[in-house]
Amino acid sequence: MHSEQSFILNNVWLIPAIPFLSFLTLGLLIRNFPKKLQDQLSGIVATLAVFSAAVLAYWLAWEYFHLFPAGVAKQALVPWSFEWLRYQENLAVNVGVLVDPISVLLMVVVTTVSSLVHLYSTGYMHGDPGYARYFTWLNLFTFSMLGLVVSPNILQMYVCWELVGASSFLLIGFYFEKPSAVSASKKAFIVTRFADLGFLLGVILLGYYGYNLFASVAPSLHASGLTNVQPFDFAFLTNPEVMNQFMGMSDTFMGMGVLTLSMVLIFMGAAGKSAMFPLHIWLPDAMEGPTPVSALIHAATMVVAGVYLVARMFPVFAASADALLVVMYVGAFTALFAAVIGCTQDDIKRVLAFSTLSQLGYMMFALGVSSMDHPLGYTASMFHLFTHAFFKALLFLGAGALIHAVHSNSIWDMGGLAKKMPVTHATVLIATLAIAGIYPLAGFFSKDEILVAALESGHTGVFAIGLLVAGITAFYMFRIYFVAFWGKPSHHSEHAHEAPISMLIPLIVLAIFTIGAGFVPMADLVSIGHSAGGHHGINWAVAGPSLFVAAAGISFAWFMYVAGGKQRSAALAGALGGVYTTIKQKFYFDEIYLFITKKIVFRFIATPIAWFDRNVVDGGVNLSGWLTRASGAALNSTQTGQVQTYGAWFVGGAVTVTLVLWIFFL
Amino acid sequence: MSDFFLSPVGLQHWLVVSTALFSIGIYGLLTRRNAVGILMAVELLLNSTSLNFVIFNKFATPSAVDGQIMSIFIIAVAAAEVVVGMAIFVTLFKHRKTVDVTSMNLLKN
Repeated sequence: MHSEQSFILNNVWLIPAIPFLSFLTLGLLIRNFPKKLQDQLSGIVATLAVFSAAVLAYWLAWEYFHLFPAGVAKQALVPWSFEWLRYQENLAVNVGVLVDPISVLLMVVVTTVSSLVHLYSTGYMHGDPGYARYFTWLNLFTFSMLGLVVSPNILQMYVCWELVGASSFLLIGFYFEKPSAVSASKKAFIVTRFADLGFLLGVILLGYYGYNLFASVAPSLHASGLTNVQPFDFAFLTNPEVMNQFMGMSDTFMGMGVLTLSMVLIFMGAAGKSAMFPLHIWLPDAMEGPTPVSALIHAATMVVAGVYLVARMFPVFAASADALLVVMYVGAFTALFAAVIGCTQDDIKRVLAFSTLSQLGYMMFALGVSSMDHPLGYTASMFHLFTHAFFKALLFLGAGALIHAVHSNSIWDMGGLAKKMPVTHATVLIATLAIAGIYPLAGFFSKDEILVAALESGHTGVFAIGLLVAGITAFYMFRIYFVAFWGKPSHHSEHAHEAPISMLIPLIVLAIFTIGAGFVPMADLVSIGHSAGGHHGINWAVAGPSLFVAAAGISFAWFMYVAGGKQRSAALAGALGGVYTTIKQKFYFDEIYLFITKKIVFRFIATPIAWFDRNVVDGGVNLSGWLTRASGAALNSTQTGQVQTYGAWFVGGAVTVTLVLWIFFL
Repeated sequence: MSDFFLSPVGLQHWLVVSTALFSIGIYGLLTRRNAVGILMAVELLLNSTSLNFVIFNKFATPSAVDGQIMSIFIIAVAAAEVVVGMAIFVTLFKHRKTVDVTSMNLLKN
């Protein structure tokens, strides 16, 4: 094994550990310092920690992809692990670090975006009363996300999964004096928790059957070199032999095979985290958090955890074709659904949130259309995850710079900012072109590959949706671009000025990534299954139409918002009438959820249970308390304070006991 | 019953004396209102115990002197206890101008 020579391959644990140590230092030490010192130290410590993790991640990527260059089958290494829980001889859970192509890829993405967001935040959050708290949570998030990415088994992933959920909750509710932020954070937490219930059930189901198989399969796994493998390890679950056994199981539940059922349940968790329809409702509200948080957590990293989970478990999903179909349809529908809503929103962050949903839908259906024999979609999905992280983070950070300048989230309060904020304008334009899929920016390559994968898989309908969404994406992204940068200046944007340098550097760096990321030879780095000749180069039969629809979307946006001014778009909205209102109200999904929770769940389930709790359960507890108090009150009078009375009771008691003993036992 | 009165003085007779002493002590302990009286009652209890040690020493293990030694200990401890008890009562009297135990009900309720 070459890894013995490499420092970084043997010490991968440092990458999550550094942000964790920084989190502890900030949270336990620096936050006790005087306020001024706190503010000076916390930003620097947090940013340096994440930057050093980023350097290590790049080093690791360099070493790993040199160890396994293009064409060489890439092994999944576990260079560091220890036993965390042991239940039985055959059942233990390790904590460790898994190094394989997608975990390396994600580590690079997470540390890059996180370190740039940290740097940006030192400027954006400057002077905020919760400055140190902000960086503490941001470091906690970075640690949890890295821990999730490197998980070698599904339980460690679940733990980190909840940790990222918790840090997302803390950061969405960062401005906790604002009621809307508080309710948004609760909404995000509850919706994702609900989805995680499915995840947990899936893990338990898979773990139960996996454990039953383990004893019979383990010897041959050990023989094939997989020593120290445990039932919850991905290496075990995705092993072909194990999956064959799974497929052969005759147990069914509600007409579904065990494998399909557990995969659908696990996908439910993934859909919650990645805000897939119909669990998407939390993500737009999550924009209540500070904008850099939205960029890091709710655009580039945490929300792709769901995609990552599906990719991580991909061989198992592929073994169960039904589960993969669910992934595909949910992904494709979300892509279209969110893109349509994105066209009507006025809050710049909400437009970006819906665009994130739409792009996550792309990644999901790219996974859904691929299989072990045609794994192009897998590569394409990871590629899109990679490029999307950069251009979406850039868009959010650019939006943050705009919001910073005009102190409003509404695109109509911006306008005419192109001249006032030239750097922001240039970088946001690059990102907007990238997400619209214009050659040669990053989004073009990854989106093209996803569309090719969809077309080649034979799911023509999904391909058509993908193509349509590409056009809609170009439209709504250029809508906000034209309105914010070219539109008429409003009184808000008159005194706007360029952001400070600490905010511009991340924008510029991300713009460079956005330009360059498309040229990464992803097919050589990330692949799965029988990738006989991955997709290289550009398939112009797909790229041509996709460029055409993007251009059409951009022209339509120009036609509506630049050439036509406000009247033309208002006229179109008026002509669409109810349809427009429905879309603008996000298809009333929040209202439907409220109806279901309030009118049905609360009234018919929660209220009776609450009544039972208040009257029967609490009644029982209160009764025992009342009995104790009543007997106390009754016996109160016997406590006279006269020691002689007590003595008389004592002597009387002793005499009684003696008499009893004498009469009955002598 | 008549055996008891006619027989020569033995273990039982001595135990009756000791028990009578103990009972008088208990009675005094529970009924006296004056703290000094209670202390005297306690002395009676200790003496009855002390007496028991001596009695059992004589009738059970005549060759050893364990019981006697124990009773000497009890006498010494009782002397010390009286000193402490009286000191407490003197202090109490200084504060409350009485050593009537029925007026001392701080433990009430």
